[in-house]
Amino acid sequence: MSGLIGKKIGMTSVYNADGQALACTVIETGPCVVTQVRSVEKDGYTAVQLGFGEKKEKHTNKPELGHFKKAGTTPKRKLVEFKEFDKEFTLGDTLTAADVFGEGDFVDVVGTAKGRGFQGVVKRHGFGGVGGQTHGQHNRGRHPGSIGACSFPSRVFKGLRMAGRMGGNRVKVQNLRILRVMSEQNLLVVSGSIPGAKNSYVIIEK
Amino acid sequence: MSDLIKLVEADNAQRRADLPTFRAGDTVNVHVKIREGNKERIQVFSGTVIQRRNPSSGGETFTVRKVSNGVGVERIFPVLSPNVDKIEVVRLGKVRRARLFFLRGRQGKAARLKERKPKAVAAA
Repeated sequence: MSGLIGKKIGMTSVYNADGQALACTVIETGPCVVTQVRSVEKDGYTAVQLGFGEKKEKHTNKPELGHFKKAGTTPKRKLVEFKEFDKEFTLGDTLTAADVFGEGDFVDVVGTAKGRGFQGVVKRHGFGGVGGQTHGQHNRGRHPGSIGACSFPSRVFKGLRMAGRMGGNRVKVQNLRILRVMSEQNLLVVSGSIPGAKNSYVIIEK
Repeated sequence: MSDLIKLVEADNAQRRADLPTFRAGDTVNVHVKIREGNKERIQVFSGTVIQRRNPSSGGETFTVRKVSNGVGVERIFPVLSPNVDKIEVVRLGKVRRARLFFLRGRQGKAARLKERKPKAVAAA
């Protein structure tokens, strides 16, 4: 799985050859810097650690600063390991969007979903609600209904879907088509939506 | 909006510059590209513009209404769609609102709109 780290810029729409408007997300990605190369001899597995996004030196702790100095780069905000790049890398190499992705490729995008706070079952789990306004019911339109039987089993089963905290978790959206690679601006246009807020970091896997 | 998104929408601005200005109440001929198998031909839909939605955004659309064989027909076109080959403004209508849904309830003489004079172009 090769890939790059990117930053979500926002959504817009583009027209395809058939004249259909496609909803798409713009991601700023690359140039990513190789900050570490994992090898079987040393680490037991092969992988490449990439860094993306600038951060100030005063916000970087000493051990990290040394890590970036070794790779010969400025401190980076986000570090992610990728396995199975088909190329060999050395420390300090840079990867741009055009190196990894092509137009028409399918990618998966990983991000942190927006936090929604404490939500009920209708929003959180897609329950249908109670379903009516009449037959004497007036104040429980979005309630979950029954949560189980009575004296047997005398308890609520584990994992039963209920209200609670929603969002803020890691989400992967699969099979998004790359509509455009704008290598000069380091931009990637993928079809559909991706998790997270604007300016949040995402991982684009190929 | 982010500047980077504007870069992605750069060709929209180009398409928008080629469009004539028109607004609700105007009568337009919309030349629509229609693909049948491998052949492409142009069909003209002419009628009154009854609204423009989401103006100046990439997803802007306009609704054209005409009465065909006594049946009201409305079509919604994306302003920037490549399937819209050309828009001709035939007549300018004088109206006092942006959404002309009151036309739907009117027939024949009652559905007419007064003509608006084009604004005088600054002397060259």
